[in-house]
Amino acid sequence: MTDAPPFIFLGCLEVLEILDLTARDERELGEHLRGVPDECVFSHLSGALLHRAVLPEAYPNDFALWAAAELRDLRLAERLALVDLFDAGSVEAARNELVVTIEDHVRHQSAPPAAGRGQPFTFMQAHVVPVPTGHRARTLREFRDALAEVDVSALFFHLVEARYRLGRGQGDFAEWIASSLGQPALAEALSRIDPDVGSLERLRDRHLTLLDTALGAS
Amino acid sequence: MANRAVTLDDYRAVAPRGAVDVLLRIGERLRGRRVAHVSASRYSGGFVEVLNRLVPTQNELGIDTGWEIVVGDAQFDAVAQAVATALGGTEQVVTDAMLEHLLATCVENAARLPLEADLVVVHESAPLLLVDGRPASGSWVWRCHGDVSAPQHQVWSFLRRFLARYNGTVVSLARFAPSLSTPRYLIHPSIDPLSDRNRDLPRVEQAERLARLRVPRDKPFLLQVGPFTRTQDPLGVVNAYRLVKRHHDVRLVLAGPALEPNSAVFDEVVAAADGDADVIPVALPPDTQGDINALERAASIIVQKPLRADFGLDVASAMWKGKPVVGSTAGGIPAQIVSGVTGYTVETVQGAAFRLRHLLSNPELIGRMGAAGREHVRRHFLVTRHIGAYLALLAQLTK
Repeated sequence: MTDAPPFIFLGCLEVLEILDLTARDERELGEHLRGVPDECVFSHLSGALLHRAVLPEAYPNDFALWAAAELRDLRLAERLALVDLFDAGSVEAARNELVVTIEDHVRHQSAPPAAGRGQPFTFMQAHVVPVPTGHRARTLREFRDALAEVDVSALFFHLVEARYRLGRGQGDFAEWIASSLGQPALAEALSRIDPDVGSLERLRDRHLTLLDTALGAS
Repeated sequence: MANRAVTLDDYRAVAPRGAVDVLLRIGERLRGRRVAHVSASRYSGGFVEVLNRLVPTQNELGIDTGWEIVVGDAQFDAVAQAVATALGGTEQVVTDAMLEHLLATCVENAARLPLEADLVVVHESAPLLLVDGRPASGSWVWRCHGDVSAPQHQVWSFLRRFLARYNGTVVSLARFAPSLSTPRYLIHPSIDPLSDRNRDLPRVEQAERLARLRVPRDKPFLLQVGPFTRTQDPLGVVNAYRLVKRHHDVRLVLAGPALEPNSAVFDEVVAAADGDADVIPVALPPDTQGDINALERAASIIVQKPLRADFGLDVASAMWKGKPVVGSTAGGIPAQIVSGVTGYTVETVQGAAFRLRHLLSNPELIGRMGAAGREHVRRHFLVTRHIGAYLALLAQLTK
């Protein structure tokens, strides 16, 4: 046992609110994106990890999924798929990138978009309610075992919500392992895991692999 | 399980890991709050199965939860039915006097029912006007389970001013939501994996049920579950089966409740079968959930091809049995089927036949898609997720 403060795993539940705003084509999507709340942009980017179907090979955010599935605009879908909250660094930067990408796409379209293609995009925002999971850890072994058992929403809360909405740097896992367990190299490795691996379960597996390696080495 | 009360702990075996712990912990946080659900019936409506699980579970968590029923005369029932149909977009004759009767009955019920609660959830349209007698305290939400995106204008104009007195509306699908000045929330419905419809079924019981329904098991069968109405497009399914039958020796089972007003469609199906013994229409007896469970588990592929639908939870029930589903794009079906992963969504009879043939020609896909479907339901359409959504709403609206 160490004297370090324990890591307390928090999960989360979400309340999805439907905004009174829909987009029927690329142009409307770009226009509306300028004015929707940050929570809305967040919910449709990395926030989608919490509520969308597990599709390892699908586009990683709701905007790209919609462009592909409803507009059948694969070119736009591919470009939007690369807009990444984790790379952009902030919700505002990601929003700008989305808007610029869509405007550029619309500007270079050879023909105006056909009306009535598929279902419109409905803007939503998630209200996240943090919930203790009942799991806590004081050692790396306890941390690894708890991580294997917690609800997947805990990964979302500590890696996505904490990092990009609550502004907690590298994410809660890496921060605790560096500061409380004194393992900065492991923390650095964990913080470098690409969160866009398709699902929170896969994200859990990536973390467990690194933790198992570290525990085996020690 | 049928002989004792189901508890939250029983769901640990079927829910995603950690999910029950999250419910227990948020329950601790919300302990002592009071929730009242209100509906017009305790027995009919798609949401009844969920309330039968949600109410005892919330009480188990220490949240004082009641389920109240509005009562009225035969005229109230008739008006409520007409209003529900009008909200769904089918034009009805609804007079001002009818709406006034609806309102008067709801006001009487509001005075009688214990509606002092932190959160009052009013299900469907029959009790919607209860809000006219709401107390000042507490949050009220209208839980609308169907598609009200294109309601009959005159009826909607009347109801709209009452909806403004709610703190929010909960819909099952974003595109079902009407335009409102108050917040609209999205909560997908769910299935109860421990109910008669979805529980694990011993092989002996399954065989007994199939024998009683006269469904032989000597060849694979396709199954559509649903009432014998034109909306369910059973003749379209028979036509798709015929296109499949040219290449695969399968049966088609069409199973639905034996409702007298729909017997004409049942007869049409029998006629369409034209003596083909491999087309088996099954008129299910009352209390059919165990029988449908047995049919879904025995089927190779499930077809769900209604022309119109609400959320259409039959799809999730089928996927929970590990079966791929070939479904139409009506209602909430595309929100449940991940096309190409857990089954296929199709637009036409020919599309259904093409996908069914593809699956039957590639049997390994049937197993793979079925397994993916069960996992998809485990994560997104089990009642544990649904309970969590209600608890999150309670936390959000009463914080």
